[in-house]
Amino acid sequence: MSDHAGTEAVLPEGEGVRRRDFINIAAVSAAGVGGVITLLPLVSQMAPSADVLAESSTEIDVSAIAPGQAIKGMFRKQPVFIRNLTPAEVEAANKVDVASLRDPETLKQRTKEGKENWLITMGVCTHLGCVPLGAGEGEVKGEFGGYFCPCHGSSYDTAARIRKGPAPKNLQVPEYAFTSDTIVKIG
Amino acid sequence: MSFPWANEYKPANALTQWLDEKLPLPRFVYNAVGAGYPVPRNLNYAWNFGVLAGFCLMLQIVTGVILAMHYAANADVAFNSVEHIMRDVNWGWMLRYAHANGASAFFVVVYAHIFRGFFYGSYKAPREMIWLLGVVIFLLMMATAFMGYVLPWGQMSFWGAKVITGLFGAIPLVGEPIQIWLLGGYAPDNAALNRFFSLHFLLPFVIAAVVILHIWALHIPGSSNPTGVEVKTESDTVPFHPYYTAKDGFGLGVFLLGYCTMLFFFPNALGHPDNYIPANAMSTPAHIVPEWYFWPFYAILRAFTSDFFIIPAKLMGVLAMFSAILVWFFLPWLDRSPVRSGHFRPVFKKFYLALVIDVLVLGYCGGAPAAEPYVMISQIASIYYFAHFLIILPIVSAIERPEALPFSITEAVLGKDESATLAPAAAH
Repeated sequence: MSDHAGTEAVLPEGEGVRRRDFINIAAVSAAGVGGVITLLPLVSQMAPSADVLAESSTEIDVSAIAPGQAIKGMFRKQPVFIRNLTPAEVEAANKVDVASLRDPETLKQRTKEGKENWLITMGVCTHLGCVPLGAGEGEVKGEFGGYFCPCHGSSYDTAARIRKGPAPKNLQVPEYAFTSDTIVKIG
Repeated sequence: MSFPWANEYKPANALTQWLDEKLPLPRFVYNAVGAGYPVPRNLNYAWNFGVLAGFCLMLQIVTGVILAMHYAANADVAFNSVEHIMRDVNWGWMLRYAHANGASAFFVVVYAHIFRGFFYGSYKAPREMIWLLGVVIFLLMMATAFMGYVLPWGQMSFWGAKVITGLFGAIPLVGEPIQIWLLGGYAPDNAALNRFFSLHFLLPFVIAAVVILHIWALHIPGSSNPTGVEVKTESDTVPFHPYYTAKDGFGLGVFLLGYCTMLFFFPNALGHPDNYIPANAMSTPAHIVPEWYFWPFYAILRAFTSDFFIIPAKLMGVLAMFSAILVWFFLPWLDRSPVRSGHFRPVFKKFYLALVIDVLVLGYCGGAPAAEPYVMISQIASIYYFAHFLIILPIVSAIERPEALPFSITEAVLGKDESATLAPAAAH
């Protein structure tokens, strides 16, 4: 009872807002904000850790790849295809009407200036992430001479552009640069 | 909560008397699954599957906790630790096969339980909450089963993880960051394997908690029954124990015969040989399929092959697959018929059969390669699947003329013979 009387005493004339209301709102807000901030590390710990991120660039020597050959490298624990296109393959890629493509890009946009024969893409089908065939020795290259994904039948052409099948996008071109004539740094 | 004629728990001795005053746990069990829970007297064997599902959950938790004592969730050794369980751990082969086939058995009985609900209108008022919680349990089961399948770190584990997390990549703009966040990397690796293990261990206990809510919600209106007519008098019910403990016990025996046959004679029949090849990020198996219990949903996922307005085909497939289960949440309000049981609904009965066939067709297509004619069949079957819930059920429940319902459960069982009706009560 005496508590109640005390509360009455601090009421500013009849406004109905008590000191206790302020304390209540302030305390709950502080706890709420604190609670939300606590979630931050809980969510963030799921993101790639420093050692995973540290693997996010890789250097590959391409000197041994003859025209018409390809190798599978590893970048971010995923396959990356490095292909030395023959002049005929470059020509085939350039002949395609870009406007007719599902994901319109020219071979030039997908390669580096002066290195148009070096087609470097992720070996990850843009449909559901399978590894397409065509980079290894003797693998089928599909009806457009590039890559063929056996999972759901997506066919890519010699610029690794999607031409047929369910995949929505061209094979992704990772960030890369030639650090010398024979070394390419991916990532 | 229960019917007024429910048996009351009476402590048998001083110890249970003492316990009943401090923590009435025996009373709780008695009222939940003992003689204190009156159940309709006419339940058929379709009502067996809830108990069987509870048994499977216990089976999975017991075998799973044991497997976790020998398994190592590290991408370098996970595959070998599973082989270690299979070859070196005493009885390890049996416990692992029991767990792997236990997952399949769990889904068999849960699908039977769900289709029991579909036919007998178990989702209808006043039992909507039981149904909604059941759908939550099913979603949790799917997540748990998927993550468990990743743990052996074979080829199917790895590529299954890649394809399923790739589904999130279909979400516009935030999809790829979400996928990377879920995996803790750019492809499934140690981070993903560890978190899947952690969650695979956690989720069964979450399921157990939701199962308790499911049973709690069930005990408010009491069990449904094959006539769909609510309990009216004491003669409509029998105590759960011993009547249904005995009946469920017999059903459990039949279930165990089938389960043990699989476990001891065909332990790998439902698995995929590719999962005995260690995970290889550089090479995809020729034919990626999920476990059989995901096939109908996988068929719906793959049925979308062309873009729909601005929504890419891949995203449509993902949305459709999740919607195929989310639509169950709306079932109590899509089927407006006041008659619960399919027995008394001549039109509904036919469409129910069509749905069963449709889901089986979807399941078959989901396990088949993604080629014609399976893609086209999946497309037609997917359309029918959604049409059943969103179009057929509302229309049928509006225009159908149901058959006459029995007056009571007792009448349905014994006919209108008054003396027969009174006999069990007198004996009791």
